[in-house]
Formats: sequence, C-alpha cells, structure tokens
Amino acid sequence: MSKVISQEELVSLFEDKATIMMGGFMGVGAPTSLVRILVEQGVKDLTLITSDTATPDTGVGPLIVNRQVKKIIASHIGTNPETGRQMIAGETVVELVPQGTLAERIRAGGAGLGGILTPTGLGTVVEEGKEKLLVNGKEYLLELPLRADIALLKAYKADKAGNLIYRQSARNFNPIMALAADLVIVEVEEVVEVGELKPDEVMTPGILVDKVVCCGRIS
Amino acid sequence: MKTYSAKELIACRVAGEMRDGDVVNLGIGLPTLVSNYLPEGINITLQSENGFVGLAPVGSEVDPDLVNAGGKPAGIFPGGATFDSFMSFALIRGGHVDVTVLGGLQVDQNGNLANWMIPGKMVPGMGGAMDLVAGAKKVIVAMEHTAKDGAAKILEKCSLPLTGKGVVSLIVTELAVIKVTSEGLQLEEISPYTTVEEVVAKTEAKLIIPDHVGAMKGLEQLEQLEK
Repeated sequence: MSKVISQEELVSLFEDKATIMMGGFMGVGAPTSLVRILVEQGVKDLTLITSDTATPDTGVGPLIVNRQVKKIIASHIGTNPETGRQMIAGETVVELVPQGTLAERIRAGGAGLGGILTPTGLGTVVEEGKEKLLVNGKEYLLELPLRADIALLKAYKADKAGNLIYRQSARNFNPIMALAADLVIVEVEEVVEVGELKPDEVMTPGILVDKVVCCGRIS
Repeated sequence: MKTYSAKELIACRVAGEMRDGDVVNLGIGLPTLVSNYLPEGINITLQSENGFVGLAPVGSEVDPDLVNAGGKPAGIFPGGATFDSFMSFALIRGGHVDVTVLGGLQVDQNGNLANWMIPGKMVPGMGGAMDLVAGAKKVIVAMEHTAKDGAAKILEKCSLPLTGKGVVSLIVTELAVIKVTSEGLQLEEISPYTTVEEVVAKTEAKLIIPDHVGAMKGLEQLEQLEK
C-alpha cells in the first residue's frame, strides 16, 4: 500500500496543541513545504522539538514568526531573533537542551529507553533539577526521553513504502525523529516505486514512516 | 618585523597544536581560521556537528543540502562521510574527536569555560558546545585576551553561566599561551609584542610563571605563509 498522500490530505492531520518534532539544522533538511502548510492552516499552541529555530524565513522559522508555537525545545535559537524576543517577553517558553543531549533524548524516546546518562551539562545550569548517577566512579546526568505526537521530516527520496534516503548534511535529526513520534510525515523531493531503492541504501526504514508527501525540490 | 593581527596570531598558534591525523571540530568564528594555518605535513579531518566528517571549503557549486555548523555553504573532501545527529554527537561525546577549538567569553583557573550566554543580553543557546567540551579529548579556547572594554576574560572564577566545568586544556590568546594544570594556570608562551608583566596585568587569575617563558610559536609559520 502506498504511503504517499497529497498536500491537501495533510491538513486534516494537524491539530492545535500538538507536540511536533521537526527535522533540520539551520533550515537544511527541514520540511519547508510542511512548515508552509502549517502556517497556512494556522494551527496554534504547538510544542516544537527541533535542533534550532533557524532564521525567521527558513526552516521552522515562519511558524515562530506566525506565533503558532507556545513551547520550544531546542539547542539553539540565536539565529532567529523572533524566538529570543518571544522568550524574553514571556510569550513562548524555550527549553534549551545541548544538541547531543537532544539527539539522545529523542533516540531514547524512540528506542524504548527510560532515558540516557550523559556527562554533557555537568556543573552547568543544564544539571538543575536533574538526577545525577555515579557509574564506575564517573558522574552522569539522567536525561529523560522525548516523544511527539507528530514528526515532520524531510528526506531527499522515498519509495512508496516510506523507505528514505537523505542527501549530504540534510540528514541531521530526521532519522532519529522518525523513531519517536506517533505519526511520522515526511516531505520528499522524489518518490519512486517499491523495489527501486536497494535495501542497503535505505537510511530510514519505511516501517517507521506513516505518510510521504512529494513536494519537489525547493531551493 | 610585520605586526600580525590578533586573529592571525591566535589561529596560527592553535594550528600548531594539531597532530597529523587528528579529528578536529572548529567552533564558529575565529576557530574556523585555524585550518588556514596548518603546518606542512599536518593533515587533519574536520568534523562538522551537523553531521559529517571531511568538512571542506565550499566548492565552485553551492549545494543547499551541504552546510557547516554555522549554516553556511560548505564542501566535503573525497573520503568524507555524512551521518545523522546521533552519530555526530556519539563521535563528539564518545572521545572520537581529538581536539575541539572554541571561542570563549570567560575561562577561569579551574578550567571552567563560559561561552554560551550573557544573562539578560544574549541567550542564543548552547548548540553543540556543551557536548564538545564534555567529550573532545582536548579543548582549546581561542580568544582575545581581554574583552572589547578591556575587562579580563581569564578569571579566578567565571561569573557567566558555564558551558563546561573543568574542561579546558589550553588557552590561546594574541598575548599568551596558557596551560590549565591541576595547580592552576601556567603561562607557557608570550607573544613577541608583549611582556610577562602586561600578560599578568591583563589576567585576573593568578598565573604560574616558570623561570623561562617561551616565545609564542607559530610566527615563523605566519612569515612563511606570507612569502
């Protein structure tokens, strides 16, 4: 059965107050067309889990500018001044998470783990309120798993079964987030028939993907 | 003798810390200049935390899917490899990156580093910096010796929120090279444009000053590149 749906069919899948994970690093590997659809639809009070908030007009940026997000969990917001403005004004809650910890928390959420132990953030504000554990004489922070209602991802190519291939540095958080959401929707540039992707080439197995939307190449 | 800029001096001196074959992550800004000054015969592999090794200058064609950790167009050398953020930070945290070079707002005598926020002024987020300092085998802070207003940046104790505790191995500024030891900060080298007294005056932390303080290395490299 094909997982490919039209952009119009997508709209009914989004609701207010959803927790959404979004792939991309500084907008590269971000589902730009899906962001545009979310902006047009106007769903609000979203919780967004993403590497960074890119710039006001790239990646997840337009969603922030359009004030559809009430909480952001990210590692970097400095390149999108609107995120910082909303945070300081108290309009949006921002939880800053070290980027490697963010990746591991999402992986834990998708890999059936109760959390991860990391040395990252020890002795900094990141450790506040978190449990510390000693393993073989070394101290670690317990970081808890993250999951979302929806993951919105970007891949280069998919087959109709949802197997994914990414290009260059556009992979980033996408494969990890494919594990950690109840509904996984992927924007791709090209869709091919089942069997056209060699199993050894597949970077994210299609069993993790629920919907594929072909949006072509956006430069 | 020609006078070199602070950036040139710092980048060139840091480049001298690289060993052939090192896997290195260079932070945004000044640290990225380091790769321009590698001594002959020293080849390093640059890791880009957004998901690849083999970071190269951008080629003749810009690929929108290939950027560096600052989001700017980048290239990738033959033999490079791309991967996801999980693998990228497993490399960083797991001790597979030999050296990371970062800028600093403050460093203190216990090797603490603050470089990710100024409360009330600038809260960009830590990005990958906290993972880099927690996991790289050697953490070099490359920064100007004092702040723009002249305030000391090498302190007894950092006043800004930390990026990492006890993580810094070496501080390289345009004035000096300072090693973080279990006894405190040891002055290793000074630039030919300064004196030990000036370095001490511009450093709030107490410096351990050996009988012989070396001349800052790297100048010959700069002069050679000039030719």
